[in-house]
Amino acid sequence: MAPSPFVVQRLRRETHDTFTLELRPVNPAGRSPFVAGQFNMLYVFGVGEVPMSITGDPGDQETMVHTTRSVGAVTSAVCRLKRGDMVGIRGPFGSSWPMEEAAGKDVIIVAGGVGLAPLRPVVYQILSDRMKYGQVSLIYGSRAPADILYQKELEQWRSRLDFRTEVAVDRAPAAWRGSVGVVTALIPKVSFDPQRVVAMVCGPEVMMRFVVRELEARGVGRKQVYVSMERNMKCAVGFCGHCQLGPQFICKQGPVFRYDRIAPLLRIREL
Amino acid sequence: MPAHSILRREHFDQFLDALKNRGYQVIGPTVRDGAIVYDELNAAHDLPVGWTDEQEGGTYRLKRRNDAALFGYVVGPQSWKKFLHPPAVRLWQADRSGKTFQIEEEKRAASKMAFIGVRACELHAIAIQDKVFLDGSFVDPLYKARREGALIVAVNCGQAGNTCFCASMDAGPKAESGFDLALTEILEGAEHYFVVEAGTPLGTEILLQVPHHPAGEAQVEKAGEIHSRTAQQMGRTMDTTEIKGLLYANLEHSRWDNVASRCLACSNCTMVCPTCFCTTVEDVTDLSGDHAERWQKWDSCFTMDFSYIHGGSIRSSTKSRYRQWMTHKLASWFDQFGSSGCVGCGRCITWCPVAIDITEEVREIRATDLRTKSNAKEPDDGNTGTNPR
Amino acid sequence: METLERILAEHPFLRDMEKRYLDLLVGCASNVRFDAGEFIFREGQEADQFYLVRHGVVAVEVFAGPSGQITITTIGEGEALGWSWLFPPYRWKFDARAVEQTRAIAIDGKCLRTKCEADHDLGYELLKRFAHMVEQRLDATRLQLLNVYETHT
Repeated sequence: MAPSPFVVQRLRRETHDTFTLELRPVNPAGRSPFVAGQFNMLYVFGVGEVPMSITGDPGDQETMVHTTRSVGAVTSAVCRLKRGDMVGIRGPFGSSWPMEEAAGKDVIIVAGGVGLAPLRPVVYQILSDRMKYGQVSLIYGSRAPADILYQKELEQWRSRLDFRTEVAVDRAPAAWRGSVGVVTALIPKVSFDPQRVVAMVCGPEVMMRFVVRELEARGVGRKQVYVSMERNMKCAVGFCGHCQLGPQFICKQGPVFRYDRIAPLLRIREL
Repeated sequence: MPAHSILRREHFDQFLDALKNRGYQVIGPTVRDGAIVYDELNAAHDLPVGWTDEQEGGTYRLKRRNDAALFGYVVGPQSWKKFLHPPAVRLWQADRSGKTFQIEEEKRAASKMAFIGVRACELHAIAIQDKVFLDGSFVDPLYKARREGALIVAVNCGQAGNTCFCASMDAGPKAESGFDLALTEILEGAEHYFVVEAGTPLGTEILLQVPHHPAGEAQVEKAGEIHSRTAQQMGRTMDTTEIKGLLYANLEHSRWDNVASRCLACSNCTMVCPTCFCTTVEDVTDLSGDHAERWQKWDSCFTMDFSYIHGGSIRSSTKSRYRQWMTHKLASWFDQFGSSGCVGCGRCITWCPVAIDITEEVREIRATDLRTKSNAKEPDDGNTGTNPR
Repeated sequence: METLERILAEHPFLRDMEKRYLDLLVGCASNVRFDAGEFIFREGQEADQFYLVRHGVVAVEVFAGPSGQITITTIGEGEALGWSWLFPPYRWKFDARAVEQTRAIAIDGKCLRTKCEADHDLGYELLKRFAHMVEQRLDATRLQLLNVYETHT
């Protein structure tokens, strides 16, 4: 499967090393719509291809949005793109966040670092159909205030009366007026019915493990928690073998997994 | 058309010609560099006539037979994935002008390959890779084209090797399905012929082009005896009872440390294994920077950066990589593709430079299964003098 | 106007504490208020109080030389601030500053230490709560130290 051409509409800087890319397809016809939780393989001509979670609004299928950190050859090339440049996109791939499962229930969204990117489509979807869900909270942990993604949007969400937003950073200069502490400490601050809540968690693996532990301490069962996993990917279609976690192919059975289905795999080191 | 026919040795070249005349590239075993490898054949004399192989853990030697058998050997280091799932495949090309680029997908090759001498274990391996590339939610179009253009002439093994255990894996030694023609070579006295079974109408068509006659009962019986005898000769066995559960429950077994102390992570096993399918992609450009290509290349889960992510590898220890290979092959494969990934060909045992034996590893883990109470770790009170291992 | 007894009894840090111990605490307690930006205590000062935050946010900070003033953790409504009053040399090791206007109950640590030596049951009730708080802060600190959001090279 070859990449489809997309053109860069906008490149926006989020933090010192993280950028958000907005793309439009050259040939919009015949594209499969994406849903919250899925990812694309993004190709920069002559450099390479990397997996990127889709961070745009599923309600706007005309624009493809990706947020990436500059960590290697391809991502640093992405961070140097300009309006009008062309990239290749293969996708959308993978499983989705459980939006249907969450209908009529409370929702708690816990994001860490750049893990907010694959969860942002969930926030968009909930806010565009707010009455469909119960109490909704977003909890976001980041390294420092300068690393917080989507600051303007977070402030907008925070100002809503029907949506709770809590942000904490691991460390901050004294001028920071927000919370400093571990993201798990924010969980007791938001209210939800543990019997009728769906939790969606994304961030570094160790952070997800601790968050799930805290959620369980609050009475949330493992079948109510969903996480988004990440592994090395080359093909995104289950042929190259790189993304396996035990028997699971992260590109096909994931990246979103219900926690009870992979908890035993996450316990084994270097699996 | 009778179920079994006889093809005489002196007509074997005509048989190969019949394939060539139909546009097939004839590929089969040949001797090169001290091994029996797969390559294009011109005539029957290119086959390993009168050669056999002696294999053991970490050992492979060719020896002369005292007859002129064409297929008197077991299996060499290569498998048919060399042709069906080649080591380097171009996926597409792209050319840039200014800010835009155009991608040109690789055209599906109208390839026609006739494979001569495919063993039962290899037939199963091909079926296993078919499952991976043709039966899932995504289909590999290049694999599909190569596979559809392949004609398979199987050969029933006349002997089993020291590292063979296809019988344990229900993958041989007799070819049951997946072939166009299956041959059993028989040499007795001055007689040298093949008992032929057609597996598909295409196989029958080919056979009709070559001198042959219906097989007599005695000849079919002789072939049957060879099949049974080979099945008894297996050099290795693997107890596959509930093997998926066994390995899943023993991911923290100390045996993995043991094998890790021997394994060199050289990746030979993955290269010779007929079912290993992992690949990587390489994006390359020419000097102008305006022409790019994407290539798919064989990869191995034993490489250091196979599982690289965020500045490090998930599986950085040799132990974790060996465990990944073996548990994928023998356990996870069931969950992923509905069968074992192993066909018992023994190549991994033969070609491992330190003779790691996958059948032995399973045996050891089974013998000290952590689920058995006496094997479960005793709580460490600091006073136990000897290590129960 | 709420009585000190009621405020103490309702503060989450002292949840489920028996009335007779609360009565002992009341004698050492007083209402305090800090404006936004005001320091509650500074590193090196004598630690003779601890605070039960009723409203507002307090930042525990350290001056880290070239990195400037860094916030290690923030403490909010319903939480307790300060344990150095429990352990010799009874001196604060960090700064604490009100991030926004903060109201709290200050409890005289010197006075309380004497009472705990005399009544070990009271001491145990307090130590149980402080040990739990220290455990939570230690776990949080460990997780924050892991620097999980950084890419590792």
